[in-house]
Amino acid sequence: MRRLGVILWRYWSTSLQAELEYRSNFLVQAFGSSLALAGSIFALTLFYRGGGFPGWTFEEGLVVQGLYSAFSGAIACVLSPNLSRIVQHVEAGTLDFVLLKPVDAQVTLSLRVISPWGLPDLVFGLAVIAWGAARAPARDGSVSLALLAVLFGALIIYGLWFVVATTSVWFTKIYNATEVLRGLLDAGRFPMAAYPAAYRFAFTFVMPVAFMTTVPAELLLGRGQPTMLLGSALIALVLLVASRAFWRFALKSYTGASG
Amino acid sequence: MNAALRKMGGLLSVYYAYMTAYRAELILWALANSLPFILMGAWYQAAAGGAFGFTPVDVTRYFLAVFVIRQLTVVWVIWEFDQDVQRGRLSQYLLQPVDPVWRYLAAHLSERVARLPFSALIIALFFLIFPPARFVPHASDVLLAITFATLAFALRFVMQYTLALFALWTERASSLESLMFILYLVLSGAIAPLEVFPPELRELVMWTPFPYFIWVPARLLIGGADVDLMRATVVCVSWIGSLLVVNRVVWRLGLKRHSSMGA
Repeated sequence: MRRLGVILWRYWSTSLQAELEYRSNFLVQAFGSSLALAGSIFALTLFYRGGGFPGWTFEEGLVVQGLYSAFSGAIACVLSPNLSRIVQHVEAGTLDFVLLKPVDAQVTLSLRVISPWGLPDLVFGLAVIAWGAARAPARDGSVSLALLAVLFGALIIYGLWFVVATTSVWFTKIYNATEVLRGLLDAGRFPMAAYPAAYRFAFTFVMPVAFMTTVPAELLLGRGQPTMLLGSALIALVLLVASRAFWRFALKSYTGASG
Repeated sequence: MNAALRKMGGLLSVYYAYMTAYRAELILWALANSLPFILMGAWYQAAAGGAFGFTPVDVTRYFLAVFVIRQLTVVWVIWEFDQDVQRGRLSQYLLQPVDPVWRYLAAHLSERVARLPFSALIIALFFLIFPPARFVPHASDVLLAITFATLAFALRFVMQYTLALFALWTERASSLESLMFILYLVLSGAIAPLEVFPPELRELVMWTPFPYFIWVPARLLIGGADVDLMRATVVCVSWIGSLLVVNRVVWRLGLKRHSSMGA
């Protein structure tokens, strides 16, 4: 465990050093995130020009938006820079090097680099959550339960993303398979109440976006049942185990760069 | 003139062959465009509340039209150009007696043809799942929509290619496009039909290039009576014209600045 800590520290400090060569990019990113957030809030106000989402006040809707922003920031920091490299590894044959190292390959592939470019989204997202939650109708929400829900949500997204990225072992060039997934995550911008029943079913059981933003928001705002956490935990566990099993299965048919 | 046409014909057939080589990628790109369908759901539900002056079925058709128009007007020239500058491929293109813009244009046009069957399949599937949305647009509407979709593509291509030229100075222009893309999403009608914008804002937005990318052609496709065709044509064509001029000026200046990389 200690060894893993040292390795991760090395991985992250080197990748940060590499990224920080492009410091001026940070300003562009920060400007972009504030623009994107302004755009999403504008979209939300359009819904609230008539009716809005049934059962959700505008401020509660903002909390969901904030969670979405924070999640996309975290994804840009950890998930997408790592998992998009799996495709490159397979294509360039460098996956062999990863497999030969005496560190678990799934850990290396999932946590090799960390990128600072998602930070603005993460920070702005947290600010919007705080602002919205402070102005939402007072109920007894729970920050700790909400944080647990966020953790499970993150694990669910990780599991899905890793499974999709792993398919590149067979299909090699599928840079955009993860784009399909990322596109679907857009559904997390709004609470599930915003969608018709068929969509809600799909976003809960087929593509579990509901557990990413809606469930944590409901727990934070004190609208949801803590039993929802059980569902989150169960799906997260299933996906984690599945991603592990799928990875091992994929490796069986991996024949190396020349194969 | 004949020689130019022959060159373009050659480029088109080459790039069509390229595109069909990556069919699986094309399917995935078509699927990755799920945003219209997500927003379709949200606006369907919002319209069911009755506060917006359109029915859920109207919304469904509008976002289906948005999907079609986006499929017809996808532009990615800025990423291609960034790569070509960074890897030094641009220098090779510059040695040939064809302006590189024709290559990019040929790639975009042939991709359109290669993608068409997949888009058609997705729409057919959608009509199968959700029959109430089925409709046959009038021939005149289709004609108008295609005309404005062509203008939309031209406008978007010129705009993105102009931004792309800044790579001649900075080697990386695509971050400019990611800023522009946010404005494009919010103001073009991709996230909400322009009818729900506050009227003053909508009036203002109609003078920018953005609504001509999606809202105008999509609205025309589903038989929009509330599009001022005269103004749409004038505004859209003047944006294309002025950006073309800017593009050629920047191209001349950039070429003087450009020192080849990597070659």
